[in-house]
Amino acid sequence: MAIREIKMSETVKKFLYVNRKAPYGTIYALESLEVVLIGAAFDQDVSLAFLDDGVFQLTKGQDTKEIGVKNFSPTYRALGDYEVTKLYVEKESLAERGLSADDLQELVWEDEDDDYAEKPSIRIIDRTEMAKLMANQDVVLSF
Amino acid sequence: MSTLHTVNKSPFETSTLKSCLEHVSDGDTILLIEDGVYGAMAGSSMADLVTAKTKAVSIIALAPDMQARGIDEDRLIKGINTTDYAGFVDLAAKNDLSHAWL
Amino acid sequence: MKFGILISEGPYTHQAADSALRFTKAAIKAGHEIDRVFFYHDGVNVGTRLSIPPQDERNLQQEWSALAKDHGVDLVICIAAAQRRGLLDENEAKRQGKDANNIADGFRISGLGQLIEMGILSDRLMTFGD
Repeated sequence: MAIREIKMSETVKKFLYVNRKAPYGTIYALESLEVVLIGAAFDQDVSLAFLDDGVFQLTKGQDTKEIGVKNFSPTYRALGDYEVTKLYVEKESLAERGLSADDLQELVWEDEDDDYAEKPSIRIIDRTEMAKLMANQDVVLSF
Repeated sequence: MSTLHTVNKSPFETSTLKSCLEHVSDGDTILLIEDGVYGAMAGSSMADLVTAKTKAVSIIALAPDMQARGIDEDRLIKGINTTDYAGFVDLAAKNDLSHAWL
Repeated sequence: MKFGILISEGPYTHQAADSALRFTKAAIKAGHEIDRVFFYHDGVNVGTRLSIPPQDERNLQQEWSALAKDHGVDLVICIAAAQRRGLLDENEAKRQGKDANNIADGFRISGLGQLIEMGILSDRLMTFGD
């Protein structure tokens, strides 16, 4: 195997995808999600952070029929199947926008180490915890 | 473990700099580039917020971007230093992680 | 250090491709290695060979192509983002039944996996966007 391939197969890094923008007004939310889905095949330690307007990406009830763009919010529900199970949502960002956990989609993953029990993928954390999460990564991808 | 944060937008256009300031850890560095250099100017409505952070983190402005925008070094908040692209590269190498705030 | 560079905005409209160019040149000058430069979102448009900027302005595509030619820098354009925005190489154009291709010298079109790979193999991933 070439050196690149060897290093690839041996390396597990902590990847954080940072989402701070709302969906639909710009393409960043969608194209960020596309990276996450492709990235899932690389068996890295993946976390997603949603703060500032990024929290709007996860809200329930998105219906894009009248604006003619693809509603990609159902795709977040598939993340669990791709073993992307750590979606961190910032508490203060929700509060600033008048949102609560009830406004967000219910996203789950199946824990095969716990009899495939369904567990929530969304973890609501405060700003201090978000800062700590960001500090403890190997790679940060911002969109 | 320290992070180099980059901010490229003016704090009067977006809340990106504010959000960055709220998420840095002690010992980190914030490098203001492109329109982000406007956040380094003294006497603005952002100056107090930025100044308050200069104790915990290193805040640096990219000189080429300042010069392009006609910002003299003497107009910067006290405690903010400047660097060039070579310095930018050094900062990226010296800090363990790079986090671009877009 | 081995640097990976991600460029997320298009040429001229945003300063991202310029800042990234200057950073990359400074990194090379300092003796660092550039693992790859990955163009995503509107950044794919840096790789069109059809742009004709004014004579007295810089030509971003040419400057990036020169980095590929002179320093062997790997310039990768994301295929999904490129298809959306109409950036094609000869193969893609044929494959998709388009009557033209527009990719510039030194750039190659590939998948998003190349971005993840860059993240895994680089020591530092620098993002230039909006």
